[in-house]
Amino acid sequence: MKTRDLSELAVRNLREAVLRNSLTTLGVAVGVASLVAMLSLGVGLQTLASQRLTRSGLFDAVFVTSQRNFRGPRQPPPPDSAAKRESRALDDDARQQLSKLSNVTEVYPQIRFITEVRYAGKSESTSVLGLPDSSRSSGAFEGMTGKYFSSPTAEEAILQIEFARVLSDQPPSLVGKDLTLRYAERGALSKVADDEALLDAMMGSGKPGGISIVPREKTLRIVGITESDPSAGIGGFGGARVYLPLKTAEQLHVAQPDDVQAFLSGNPAKPSYIAMTVRVRSPKDVPEVEAAIKQLGFATFSLLDATKSLRLVFTVFDLFLGLFGSLALTVASLGIINTLVMAILERRREIGILKALGATDRDVRSLFFAEAGAMGLFGGVFGVALGWLIGSALTWGTTIYLHRQNLPGVKISYVPWWLALSAIGFAIVVSLIAGLYPASRAARLNPVEALRYE
Amino acid sequence: MPTAPMLIQAESVSREYRLGETVIRAVDAISLRIEQGEFLALLGSSGSGKSTLLSMMAGLDRPTSGAIRVRERNLAELEGDELARYRRETVGMVFQSFNLLPRMTLEENVELPLRLAEVDRSDRQSRVGEALERVGLAARRRHRPSELSGGEQQRGALARALVNRPAILFADEPTGNLDSVNGEQILLLLREIQDSLGMTIIMVTHERPLAERFANRIALLSDGRLVSDGAQR
Repeated sequence: MKTRDLSELAVRNLREAVLRNSLTTLGVAVGVASLVAMLSLGVGLQTLASQRLTRSGLFDAVFVTSQRNFRGPRQPPPPDSAAKRESRALDDDARQQLSKLSNVTEVYPQIRFITEVRYAGKSESTSVLGLPDSSRSSGAFEGMTGKYFSSPTAEEAILQIEFARVLSDQPPSLVGKDLTLRYAERGALSKVADDEALLDAMMGSGKPGGISIVPREKTLRIVGITESDPSAGIGGFGGARVYLPLKTAEQLHVAQPDDVQAFLSGNPAKPSYIAMTVRVRSPKDVPEVEAAIKQLGFATFSLLDATKSLRLVFTVFDLFLGLFGSLALTVASLGIINTLVMAILERRREIGILKALGATDRDVRSLFFAEAGAMGLFGGVFGVALGWLIGSALTWGTTIYLHRQNLPGVKISYVPWWLALSAIGFAIVVSLIAGLYPASRAARLNPVEALRYE
Repeated sequence: MPTAPMLIQAESVSREYRLGETVIRAVDAISLRIEQGEFLALLGSSGSGKSTLLSMMAGLDRPTSGAIRVRERNLAELEGDELARYRRETVGMVFQSFNLLPRMTLEENVELPLRLAEVDRSDRQSRVGEALERVGLAARRRHRPSELSGGEQQRGALARALVNRPAILFADEPTGNLDSVNGEQILLLLREIQDSLGMTIIMVTHERPLAERFANRIALLSDGRLVSDGAQR
């Protein structure tokens, strides 16, 4: 029999016992829905975690440090081959070079210093960090009190909530107020003769140059108070309490620990940085960029291995969710077997007639297969829609709950096209497997006995 | 007088059924030769083996021993698919209980053998119309079997049996569920088909008067054996 005729007959047969077939199809739909809802939850949570982690910059960043250590300027480098490579300073030249590497989207230095903060007569010592403009989208500032910096060069500050509590009993009231930073500015010496002579006498280097350290003050407007620690997510390894725009922080020319080493190494004119963060296009570019940076003579660190572990955890998570979802579909497939076996009993005579009219065993088997497949198809499509609805309801409920906790809503369920198509395909396959026994039983019926059946 | 070509030849055909330890011989070593264009009535009482013999000649059942040759091909040796093809292309069947599918309209029932034979859709409607025209049911094509009388249902079944233009028409007690008027109409129709199309008709019946009136040969069976076999006219 031709496929079109077979499909028409199958649909007609399904329509005739509409209640029973609808209930069986509904059983398949519920099974598929539970599978889709569970997997959409797994996919949604994985997507959410990936997005958050990507936005946090932990997994698409390479942290670069100089290979220099704090050994004395006269001591030779260690004899290992890595250290024999050119030991380079992490200065602005290096920054330019790093930003030219392929797949690199952003390079910024870590400007971090401990300084004195004054507010309303209080004086507190704390850690200050410069934030690149890209941290605006890192997600760390979602739900913060106030707003993000108005521009990359704004003379503004965001406070971490713990530090804000130190400054005021009413942290939100700090927004809009000014605070003052007292810090040590690094500058080049204009007249260094005496100091140089002294230094030469001390170090015996005979090299010119030097640095000056000048105390400065800077008044900054507090624009926001954040509960999270954005410095943890952008390569700063946490701990900072006051955040400034990176460019503003750079313009302060705050003396860095490396300055002393630079001074001792005889090249104090160029400021160098403790570390730089190199952001790459996607986490998969990290190994290649990391290797290229090492070739340039810097030390690197990334959290790529953590991404792999995360992926493993989610794969296992998805597997278990899928298994639980499949259980419901297995129960539904028993419903299909039951329905089709009952249909064989009911339609015994019909099978006999079909065979008497010249239907082959294959025709009869295909007809029952087509009916099982159609139940799988309809159940699958309906089940995907139902699963999507369940997932949406979960997202909706979660969002309401999070809003009540003053947290931004998140999409915890996500049905990608591949999940929808796979679920429909899986429902059809399971239905066909469920139809195997009834179909072969129908095909084996003896036409004479089937025709005698009342 | 030239003889018609041989169409069916049963050679010592037996059919046994096993019920536990008991072996029931429904057909016992029957040999029969049927020529093309004959209207043969297999006559006998209930349990005489006539329907079993008909089923074997129609390719619905296989003999336990012996051979049934149709156009020199032994049905007993055919594979399942070949036997189905024989039923689809060579044979038309009419049953006592009509056996129309209740869910389908009359025309859909008549179309069913064409679907199974994978006849083009474009040809189907004309062939269905032709078959229904022949049995006088063209106006009832959209009706379901439950909306037709017994006689109409049997005529509908006859249209279904004819739609594939078979060489042999097997009729198993075609008047068994009909009153005498409708029964006679069906047999008249069978005769008309035999005369106009030259079709071979093999009919099972237990009504001797009808067999004597319409068939041109009667084979009498009793307890699975062929008791007599003779021409009527």
